[in-house]
Amino acid sequence: MSSDQNILVKLNKAGFNLNNKWLVKGVSLQVEKGKIVTLIGPNGSGKSTTAKIALGIYKKIDGSVEKYTNKVGYVPQKISIDWTLPLRVNDFMVLTESLNKETIDEALSLTGVIHLKDKNLGDLSGGEFQRVLLARAISKKPELLVLDEPVQGVDFTGEIALYELIKKISDELNCGILLISHDLHTVMSATDHVVCLNGHVCCSGSPMEVAKNNEYKALFGEQASQILTRYEHRHDHIHTSEGEIKKN
Amino acid sequence: MLDDFFIRALIAGLGVAIVTGPLGCFVVWRRLSYFGDTLAHSALLGVTLAYSMEFNIAFSVFIISSLIALTLIQLQKRTNLPGDALLGLLAHSSLAVGLVVIGFLSFIRFDIMGLLFGDILAVTVDDLLIIWIGGALILLALKIIWKPLFASTVNYELAEAEGLNPDRAKAIFTILMAAIIAISIKMVGLLLITGMLIIPAAMARNISSSPQKMVMYSIIGGLLSVILGLFSSLEFNTASGPSIIAASLFLFILSLLNIKQSIKLKN
Repeated sequence: MSSDQNILVKLNKAGFNLNNKWLVKGVSLQVEKGKIVTLIGPNGSGKSTTAKIALGIYKKIDGSVEKYTNKVGYVPQKISIDWTLPLRVNDFMVLTESLNKETIDEALSLTGVIHLKDKNLGDLSGGEFQRVLLARAISKKPELLVLDEPVQGVDFTGEIALYELIKKISDELNCGILLISHDLHTVMSATDHVVCLNGHVCCSGSPMEVAKNNEYKALFGEQASQILTRYEHRHDHIHTSEGEIKKN
Repeated sequence: MLDDFFIRALIAGLGVAIVTGPLGCFVVWRRLSYFGDTLAHSALLGVTLAYSMEFNIAFSVFIISSLIALTLIQLQKRTNLPGDALLGLLAHSSLAVGLVVIGFLSFIRFDIMGLLFGDILAVTVDDLLIIWIGGALILLALKIIWKPLFASTVNYELAEAEGLNPDRAKAIFTILMAAIIAISIKMVGLLLITGMLIIPAAMARNISSSPQKMVMYSIIGGLLSVILGLFSSLEFNTASGPSIIAASLFLFILSLLNIKQSIKLKN
């Protein structure tokens, strides 16, 4: 590869066909180290499918996917765990990789669920479980994090804190993040690249570019577009103490 | 010491119990008890083949059970029938074919009861070697695939996404199932093998809070069942295979008391 030792995963015109129906088609994107790529789009637009293609869960795909790392952390959107298994949070943390106690405790503390460490996984609430899922994904210090609606069911203050945590992790570990979210407000503040899906890539680019795109407006409405531009407005300049406006 | 048939039976039974403990946990977790039954039923065909070709029984059962497992996987991919129907189809048809083949082999005298319910008191020193060496290999293989197998038991997509190759682990586990049935058929017989896998594991589930503990209790439960079952079969002159399974049922019932208590504590 050329400049691109930074690329962690790359999709080339990838698509997935299930029972003669294209769940998603012709998606090209790449996730690089230290960058956050966000997938947005309406329900059924192929966001989770795209994530699963990137992860290699779907194998019979159209196009191609190149994955350059095996250190992956995944927070799935839906997870069906058989609760007949005697499984505590602590056991779940070491599911795919053996970790020492400090690493486990640190990750659980970061997502605010250290007190649940010895609880049975089946006894957690939806939001608590979501925090454990995120803790598990980050604890193995992955190079690539795939987060499919990682804060669903988490309370409002927790949601903001977790998004800040995700941003912090991306900086600290220099890992690439593929994020799926419905929350345009919060997501855009941290995203480097946005891919707007609707069965195919309808537009992609920086949050600002996407917001101006007509297809995006058609999909999400004028208001959603204002969310993005308003956000961009907040950050494309600083107000100095002298009352001047300075571009950054 | 090995001259005594009872000591041989005990050593054989304990060897089998150590292996069925952890495998049984996966059978319970992955809901494979009917799958185990199907493999066990097909073992009859393996036994008849072994007799007719003067082959080692354990080896022949292993081959036939593995073939049935592979057939099942293919059928699952190529038909629209539900899994339990396919299992029933394979279990009963292979049992029936096995019995028909026995009919053709009229020149050999079969101990049908021994095949169905086990004849642990007839184990030879060779059988002991097969059980302990085979058992050690099964446990070694299980240890190697533990992480991917367990992770994919909890959630397949997580295991696949994080690079653990769960499909390979599942294929190896299927072969291990065929192997444990092959080495334990002489002990409890083909109708009761699944009981040896499931009942100690189910007992362990009632009293454990983590997967490691469940595996440990499952092994201990199996060992106790063998000791209890064999001694009581000697004492009351009952069939040894069924006595072992009955003993494990007894332990399971005891473990239910523990559940009641912990539910009470919760309230």
